[in-house]
Amino acid sequence: MSQLIQLSANGQASIVADEWTRVVPPAPAEESVRKQAGKVVLFKLTGELTFTPEQIANTQIPASGKILVPLTVWQARKAELEPRLAAGELGIVLATHETAEALQAEFADLNSLPIIAIFVERFADGRIFTLGAWLRTRFGYKNELRAIGDVLRDQLFFHKRAGFNSFLIRADRSAEDALASLNDFSQPYQGGVADVPVWRRVNRA
Amino acid sequence: MYKYDPIDQQIVNERVAQYRDQTRRYLAGELTDEEFRPLRLQNGLYIQRHAPMLRIAVPYGLLSSKQLRKLADITKKYDRGYGHFSTRQNLQLNWPKLEDTPDILAELATVEMHAIQTSGNCIRNITTDQFAGIAPDEIIDPRAIAEIMRQWSTFHPEFALLPRKFKIAVSGTEKDRAIVQAHDIGLEFYKDTEGQMAIKVWVGGGLGRTPILGTVIREHLEWQHVLSYCEAIIRVYNIHGRRDNIYKARIKILVKALGIEEFKRQVEEEWAHLKDGPLTITQHELDRVAKYFEPMPYKTLPAHDAAFDAAVASNPAFAAWVKRCVHAHRVSGYRAVTLSLKPHGKAPGDITSEQMHVVADLADAYSFGELRSSHEQNLILADVQLSDLFAVWEKARAAGLATPNIGLLTDIICCPGGDFCSLANAKSIPIAEAIQMQFDNLDYLYEIGDLELNISGCMNACGHHHVGHIGILGVDKDGSEWYQVTIGGKQGNDASIGTVIGPSFSAEEMPDVVKRLIEVYVRERQDEERFIDTVRRLGVAPFKAHVYAEKETA
Ligand code: HEM
Ligand code: SF4
Repeated sequence: MSQLIQLSANGQASIVADEWTRVVPPAPAEESVRKQAGKVVLFKLTGELTFTPEQIANTQIPASGKILVPLTVWQARKAELEPRLAAGELGIVLATHETAEALQAEFADLNSLPIIAIFVERFADGRIFTLGAWLRTRFGYKNELRAIGDVLRDQLFFHKRAGFNSFLIRADRSAEDALASLNDFSQPYQGGVADVPVWRRVNRA
Repeated sequence: MYKYDPIDQQIVNERVAQYRDQTRRYLAGELTDEEFRPLRLQNGLYIQRHAPMLRIAVPYGLLSSKQLRKLADITKKYDRGYGHFSTRQNLQLNWPKLEDTPDILAELATVEMHAIQTSGNCIRNITTDQFAGIAPDEIIDPRAIAEIMRQWSTFHPEFALLPRKFKIAVSGTEKDRAIVQAHDIGLEFYKDTEGQMAIKVWVGGGLGRTPILGTVIREHLEWQHVLSYCEAIIRVYNIHGRRDNIYKARIKILVKALGIEEFKRQVEEEWAHLKDGPLTITQHELDRVAKYFEPMPYKTLPAHDAAFDAAVASNPAFAAWVKRCVHAHRVSGYRAVTLSLKPHGKAPGDITSEQMHVVADLADAYSFGELRSSHEQNLILADVQLSDLFAVWEKARAAGLATPNIGLLTDIICCPGGDFCSLANAKSIPIAEAIQMQFDNLDYLYEIGDLELNISGCMNACGHHHVGHIGILGVDKDGSEWYQVTIGGKQGNDASIGTVIGPSFSAEEMPDVVKRLIEVYVRERQDEERFIDTVRRLGVAPFKAHVYAEKETA
């Protein structure tokens, strides 16, 4: 059973097969992390791990099919990935500590990407919502926007309103069950990416 | 006060259903502790020392008598017959059962109440001055905007999982009573040179482990833009606030790290995209909400009432209560009344369900059926006629709600502390009770005059100890409970953070320490000087010398 929920253009949710293969860099060699901590392992202000050059270089990229590639892998290995983009076989994975600006710097027209996925390592990391909202409103991104990683049903309603239209539910949870949470509230107060505040939406007298 | 329309009601009803299902899944083992945690917290449910604690939202401190009766019934049915008013104007239940919480929320929803976002890393209940709408020094009644902001922040799709909790306070008076400078965002309403409602925006204040007073990020914001501006601030915070260390995750740390100039630059850049968009509040929406906060149907009354004056003259106990618990009102012949939840020797802020019924009855009989909670953890009847004050006093006194100690040393702000809270270093309620008993002499209390004493059981500072004229903080030394004392803290327009006087004390020493601080004040004060003024004039040294006098010779 697929873990992928997708919203159709009219907002209908269904569980669909996942056409995209996620390209994941190999785990860092534990040794090198310990020895070179602070040098190789970059902590941003918010304390995230980023991939090392070795990890990026050692990332296995499937030779065919649709692939979702981390932004840093794209940045380092553009030459070999460009044909895949041209063929419509490439989407980008943004981590929550990465910026929409960095993505824009790589793809002047974000809509040349058929899909952008935002990876959330821990469901409690709410940056994913603002990133999604920015991509949709500020950057005019129109294609598929997918939440991946620690994606759980109790956050889906927020993901949806922040502009996501597909959700890869964490492997150990039922996507079927999760469908219900997309409709937790019928008339939210504030605006979302696709709607305006309730007092502009309906006449509250 | 605000009344729900079908949309508001549907939202709280759907919330109950959502939470009921989440609780069911948790109890069935389908959600881990870690996954359930933010869900229950955003419904006000903490797991505490003895039992869960449920924090019920009282938006900007406004309650109807009907709501209070429902709260009374809930505390009877699901708890031990009492509740606790918190320093953020909410009501806490100390002993509910986890399995009962969906039912409690369903009952609350029947009286237009909820526990949404009373905890968790989201935008919390917005607080304000307990005298909003009636204070003589009020320039603008901020409650309509506070309600609009409540709605905007409720289940905000981007701000459900912020780096840390986010507290907003609004105030529209000359004398700040909402401690806007101690909040993540403080909104100070005023009339600009054009006579329009405008807002001075403070950012980055907060107590807790690292007490910091806020900084002004914008001197003049037109009210129409308050949502877009706050959204810009919180977006910048959501993206850049630290998530690796919860003690460094509040917006105050980000503002300090970036510097206010850089932080402001980022906010203004973000705001440029949002300004004049759909978040701009329309006059129509303001009017729709503001009509719920229109002045009460007051009678035209003379400024004096002969019977009241006679009662004050002939009854010293009544006069004492009037002096401490009755406050000026902007309408002639009316007064606001504080019902003290600080009787000596009882946990500050606690109220029994019987007392709730009494207060609800008083509100119906004498104050248009409404009441307010204050961040000092008392209840307020905002609109009482002068001629009714004596009757209110008699009934309140019979119910133990008329201790004439408002603003005095025994009107202690106190967190639940080690008796209830699993984060505590030390108990706080017994300290409050011991101090109240030490000063259980009203004449002496009056002689000491205005004094704010605040107690927190740990550095999370739920009891606002940093801004108490005297602050007491529970600390842990080798596994036993000790208390650190600060003096010179203050809330208000000239807010300040207190200074530690020296090494900490045991619980038994505390009443005597406070006694000694007061002795220095009584000895040194000039004219009408309040305790805080004497501390500001003399500094900590003389207080410290007297408090530690024997310790040094011993
Ligand atoms: C009994 C369980 C409680 C727990 C576990 C709890 C937990 C906390 C924690 C962890 C903080 C620090 C947050 C931070 O520094 O970011 C905090 C702050 C605070 N809490 Fe509580 N609290 C409890 C009860 C209360 C009560 C009863 C009140 C009101 C009487 C209250 C009001 C506040 C206030 C006003 C602050 C400080 C706000 C600030 O940092 O600016 N809390 N609480
Ligand atoms: S100050 Fe500390 S002890 Fe007191 S309620 Fe807050 S977290 Fe608990």
